[in-house]
Order: sequence, then C-alpha cells, then structure tokens
Amino acid sequence: MEKLVKSQDETMLADSARGFLDDAAPVSALRHLRDAGRTHDPDLWQRICGMGWAGVLIPEDAGGSDMGHAAAGMLAHEMGRTLVNSPFLSSAVIAATALRQVADARAMDAMAAIAAGRTTYALAIDETHKFAPEATAMTAGRSGNGFRLSGTKRFVIDGGFADRILVLARAAEGLTLFDLPADRAGMDRTALNLIDGRDAARITFGNVEATGDDVLGQVGDAMAVLKPALEAGQAALAAEMSGLAAGAFDMTVGYLKERKQFGRPIGSFQALQHRAAHLWCEIEVTASAVLNAGRVLDGNPGEAALAVSLAKARATSTAQLAVMEGVQMHGGIGMTDEYDMGFYMKRARVGAEWLGDYGYHAEQVAALRGI
Amino acid sequence: MHAEGSLTEFRAEIRSWLEQNCPQEMRDGRITDDAICWGGKNWVFSSDAQRLWLERAAARGLTVPRWPSEYGGAGLSRAEEKIFLEEMERINARPPLKSFGISMLGPALLHFGTPEQKGHYLPQIARGEIRWCQGYSEPGAGSDLASVQTRGEDKGDHWLVNGQKIWTSYADKADWIFALVRTDRDAPKHKGISFLLIDMEDPGVTTRPIRLISGASPFCETFFDNVQVPKDRIVGEENRGWDVAKYLLTHEREMISSGGTGLSGGRALGAVMAQMAGEPSLQDPTLRAAAIRCELDALATGLTIERYKDMAEAGNGVGDASAMLKYVGTELNKRRHELIMSACGSDALEWDGPAGSRAADWLRTKANSIEGGTSEVMLTIVARRILGLPGA
Ligand SMILES: Cc1cc2nc3c(=O)[nH]c(=O)nc-3n(C[C@H](O)[C@H](O)[C@H](O)COP(=O)(O)OP(=O)(O)OC[C@H]3O[C@@H](n4cnc5c(N)ncnc54)[C@H](O)[C@@H]3O)c2cc1C
Repeated sequence: MEKLVKSQDETMLADSARGFLDDAAPVSALRHLRDAGRTHDPDLWQRICGMGWAGVLIPEDAGGSDMGHAAAGMLAHEMGRTLVNSPFLSSAVIAATALRQVADARAMDAMAAIAAGRTTYALAIDETHKFAPEATAMTAGRSGNGFRLSGTKRFVIDGGFADRILVLARAAEGLTLFDLPADRAGMDRTALNLIDGRDAARITFGNVEATGDDVLGQVGDAMAVLKPALEAGQAALAAEMSGLAAGAFDMTVGYLKERKQFGRPIGSFQALQHRAAHLWCEIEVTASAVLNAGRVLDGNPGEAALAVSLAKARATSTAQLAVMEGVQMHGGIGMTDEYDMGFYMKRARVGAEWLGDYGYHAEQVAALRGI
Repeated sequence: MHAEGSLTEFRAEIRSWLEQNCPQEMRDGRITDDAICWGGKNWVFSSDAQRLWLERAAARGLTVPRWPSEYGGAGLSRAEEKIFLEEMERINARPPLKSFGISMLGPALLHFGTPEQKGHYLPQIARGEIRWCQGYSEPGAGSDLASVQTRGEDKGDHWLVNGQKIWTSYADKADWIFALVRTDRDAPKHKGISFLLIDMEDPGVTTRPIRLISGASPFCETFFDNVQVPKDRIVGEENRGWDVAKYLLTHEREMISSGGTGLSGGRALGAVMAQMAGEPSLQDPTLRAAAIRCELDALATGLTIERYKDMAEAGNGVGDASAMLKYVGTELNKRRHELIMSACGSDALEWDGPAGSRAADWLRTKANSIEGGTSEVMLTIVARRILGLPGA
C-alpha cells in the first residue's frame, strides 16, 4: 500500500496549483462571474489546460501527464479551496476516465482534445432530484442501425457550455452510454440558475438520433465504462469538497484571531476554540479518506468502491459542518452576501448532492461492509 | 527507503517466521487486556503457549519491532512494521506483549534516557521482564497535571520522595513506576518537576486498589512515604521532567487512539451488532443508520491514524497531533460501545449475562476520553498548539 502522505511530486503540484489559483482564481473571481451572470470562464480554463491539469488522468500518448487520481484529487482540493468554476471534474476526470476505459483511436483523439483544452464534456445522468444511475429511465430505442434517445436529464453539471455530453440511457440490451456533440439535433438545453453559481443545465432529448459510433463502450454495458468514471468523479469531488472545507475553515480561524469582543479576540473563548478544534479534527479525518481514495484508484482501481464512497460521504458531512460552523462563528457578517462564507455554504450544498449524497454513499459502504 | 522487492522478501520472511513461531492458541484474535500478556516479575502466564509466544517474539525483537536491535527491538522501518502488523492480523495473532513500558516509557527513554538507562531498562521491557505503571495524576493534579505536589527532597546521593498519586493503572501489578515529582518548590510549576523511576519494592511505596464503575479494579492510589530514590534514576534533567512527561503523553495518546479501531477484528460494526442482536442484519432502522455512520467514521479514523504514523519522523511519534487522534479515536470508541449495548438490549444488562462482559466493556470505555488527558484538554491542545488560537 502506497503511503498516505503526499509524494514530493504531489507536494510540488499542489503548491504550484495553490500559487496559481490564489492569483488567477481566488474566490473573488467566482463573485465576478456571478455578478456578470456567467457560470464559466473559458480563458481561465485555457490557462488551466496550459498547465497540463486537464491531462492529469490522460495517457502520455494522448498528450496527458498521467499523474493519477491522487494527484487529480490534489488539484481538485486546491480548486475547492478557492471555489473555482471549471469543467475539471466533468471533462478532465469523469469524461477522461470514461474514454480511457475504451481507449480506441477515437477515444484517444477525444482525450487529446480534452487535454489540449479543445473540448469540454458534461455527464448527463440524473433524471429525478436524486442521483440513481441504475434507475435510469431515458430510452434509447432502436431505429434502423442506430438509436433514438428520448427523455430529460437534470442537474447536468457543466452542461450549459460543454461541447459534448455523455448521456446514460436504457436500450433494449440494458444501460448504454452515449457520447454526443451538444449541438446534435433534438437536444434542448436550459441553463439552470444554481445557488452556488456553478454551471448546470437541464437537457431534453426529443428523439435524438444516435449511431452505433456514438456509443461509448458496449451497448447494454454502460457500467463497464461509467463505473470507473463515476468513481473517479466522486473521489475528485470529495477532494474538491475537502478543499472547500479547508478554505472555509481557514477563513474561520483567521476571523477567530482577528475579531474582538469583550476586549479580547473571540478565538480566546474556549467555547469557540473547542468547536474550531473539533472541526479541524473532522477535516483531518476526512483528508485521510480522500487521499486513500486516490491511492486505491491508482493502485487497485477494480476495488475502489468502498474507498470512494467513504471519501464522498465523509467529505460531504465535513464540508457541511465546516460551512455551518463557518457562518455561525462569523456572526452577522457571515450572513452577508458581501462576505465570502456564503459562497462556501452554497457550494457545499450543491457538492453534497452531485454524484450521490451522504445517504447514497453511506449505503454503498454499508452494502460492501455487510451491514 | 526500501525498494518494493526487499519489502516483498521481508513479507515472505516474516510470514514464514510467524507460521513457525506463533503458537496456534495465540491465533484467536483476542486483543482485550485480559487475553494479552503484560509481562513483569509477577506475571502468571495463562498458558505455555502464551509464554512461548512471548519468548520467541522477544528473541526476534518483535515485541518492540521498531526499537533498535541493541535495545531488544527488531529495528524495523515503518514500512516493515506495517507488513509485520498485516501479517499478524492475517493469522489473527495476539500481540505477544503489551505494556506501558512499550507504549509509554520506552519512547521517552529512547529520546531522553542516558546510554546506561537505555541499555539497562529497554531490553528488560522488550523481553517483558519488568512491568511499569504511570505515576502522573494526583488528587489535586488531574487536567492541571503540572501542579503535582509529590515532593522530592535532594539528599545528596538520593531524593527523598513523599506524596500521593491516584488513578495509577495496574500499580498493584507493576514492578516500577515512572513518576512526576516536584524537586523545586519555588520555580514556576512547569519548571520544578523531575521525572523519576521508582522501584515499587522500595521501602515506603504502598498501593491501594480503587474499584471502577465496571466492577474491575485495575487502578490504585499510590503512596510514597520517605522513599529513597538514587540520583541515577532521573530521566532528563533535574527540574525539566515536564518535557519528558509531555513527550511521553504524545505516545500514550497515540496508543489510546487506536483502541477502538481494532475492536471488531476488521469486521464492520453493524455486522457485529447484528450478530449480537441475533438478527441476520440490523432490523432497527435508527440503529442501523447510526451503525453505518459510525462505521464510516471508524474507517476514516483508522486511515487517519495510519496517515499520521506515515507522516511521523522515524521514532518520534506524531507530536501535538496525538491530541487529535486521541480525541477522535476515544469518542469513536465510546459511540461504538453505546451502539453495541443498544444492539444487545436487555441481554447486555446482567453482569456476565447472555452477552458476556458487554456491560463491563461499555462502562470501561467511558474512561477513554478521560485517561491520558480528557477530550476537553485534547481540544484545547489542538486549538492552542495546532490552530494557534490565543490564550484567555
Ligand atoms: C481508567 C483510568 C485510568 C487512568 N490511569 C492513570 C494512570 O495510570 N496514571 C495516571 O497518572 N493517571 C491515570 N488516570 C488519570 C487521568 O489521567 C485523569 O483522570 C485525567 O487527566 C483527568 O483528571 P481528573 O480526573 O483530575 O479530572 P479534572 O481535571 O478534575 O477534570 C474534570 C472535568 O473538567 C474538565 N476540565 C478540566 N480542566 C479544564 C479546562 N482547562 N478546560 C475545560 N475543561 C476542563 C475535564 O475535561 C473534565 O471533564 C487514569 C484515569 C482513568 C479514568
């Protein structure tokens, strides 16, 4: 088992990511985007791709750096810390991992396009208010040599601007994953105005034509491709949420040291010290689960389900605790739009639901542990 | 650093050594205090197998795998130690020896002891020949440990020690005690304490057992009445015993933190609970949800203990972060035992009833967040030393 500490390369990667993001994408960048009514900053994404982050899970033959899931998690963690809006998870983690399972010439080209920043992806999976891929009802009926897709996908993160959509539908043979250009006739996207300013869309498929070539992997066997992609995405999202928790926590501890009441820093009150210390302990425990998920995905990807669900569940509860305590320990100012803590709170709530909530992942763990 | 290849070799070697040397009887996975050998002059082995297992493990340095071989250890690296522990778990082996000498005094001696002290005490600890107890707490000095009043007067070639300790675990079974003694009454409280090693057989040392709420009486009051302690039995410098005491506490806390993670021998708490309740799977949805949450926290806590051990400098332990590990680990252990009691229902409410010693075990865990420093004190350490929050 790899050590549960960052390697030297990983430390350098995380440090340089932090340096870059503090400068190029601090929380104020999200505020500017939101105030301008936008959800995506293509220039920022190009700069991120220029640093090679989009290729972190892509083979070197396809122009990636192939640094692995633990490293992807470290990048996601840093992006979570400053609440970066980017298609990193959708494109560089989820789509890249799905394409990598197939790895034929076309998939290699698609990965190269992701790594180079030429293509962005979104994953269209949810159909109800909760994540439940196995319950997918959207149909992919046979039509001649191809398929006709009908149904509605909700909560498609990054779906508002993505060039391509991975969409899960049910064919006669079973669940099937399609890789479609977002402008295919019959696809109708409506942008969602999410609370946290993240990009998302609802996409309606009205008899959309798809060919056999549009299928990623095998017809009726979506999970062979999708399961690893989802696990990669869930682990990276857990890492992003652990970064979010750390960012909210840093703000809070900073405030405890600076804000004075009763003639002394509020951080000298033991009631607050103990809450902050408890929160730090939770953050550390979650950090272990997050790093472990990355290590297991890199070392033993077929057996990663437990580690991934553990990480996503823990990251969800920790991020929610961090933002709740964050607002409370800030008092009134924490409730103002002018202050950044609210951005953390809203992103934690959206992250909690994306790719499976606490209950979903807790049940996965329970099933795997025989509870 | 080790190349993968040599670690693979090491695993094969340790596996075959265990195969040949760990007696079958010692492979029952029992890791509770009553099943494990604690050593000491007065130890009565529960079986020949227990004696044999201790002797063989000690001869190979495996009672203290990471200590240097000159002091009775096997000199293993962290990576090798992990493999050793994994291989032990694979065959459900009991640890050959457990003691406060190993988990508390040993690390402090390795760090602060003179070469003579190390050479004298460490090998005896490694072989399980002497058993230690911890003389820190006093009636007036609990969380505020630095206000200990037990006095040590300088009498030239020895200290004359007078005073009382309390909550001294296993004082009635120990051969030696490491004690915090005030040797300068005029200095500020942290600056007048010395760390002394005292032979329990010395004239003037007496103990009186105290009964716990669990019914057992593993701890005692310890009295010192004109006890003469030779000058070479001080660890660290005179009046600098607080440094030794604190360092030792970080190791103690690290040790206590893992108490709850091995409770069910790698099995999920919820599965263990269902078995105890006599149900195929937990039927009560509220209890099941709590068990699942606890399982998630236990898995993540276990990983955290591993991660911090991975991060620790060789031989130095985890430092202030031991406060975090202790807080998280002990609060978790208390939750686990509450859930087990709920799963057993009235079966667990009799002393030695249908559910065995569940009630006693449950009651004992309540001390976890008190002994070695309370949860409140742990949180204060995290807040002040790690987060840098200001004092009052
Ligand atoms: C089973 C068991 C075994 C033990 N074994 C040993 C042993 O072998 N050797 C040994 O020396 N000691 C031993 N102890 C003693 C143990 O270390 C002390 O009980 C512990 O340090 C707490 O001290 P106290 O009991 O005096 O409680 P107190 O310090 O009086 O604490 C009472 C309550 O006040 C809280 N409190 C105190 N100060 C503060 C503060 N500043 N801020 C917030 N809250 C505070 C505490 O958290 C606690 O909740 C053992 C205890 C137990 C229960």
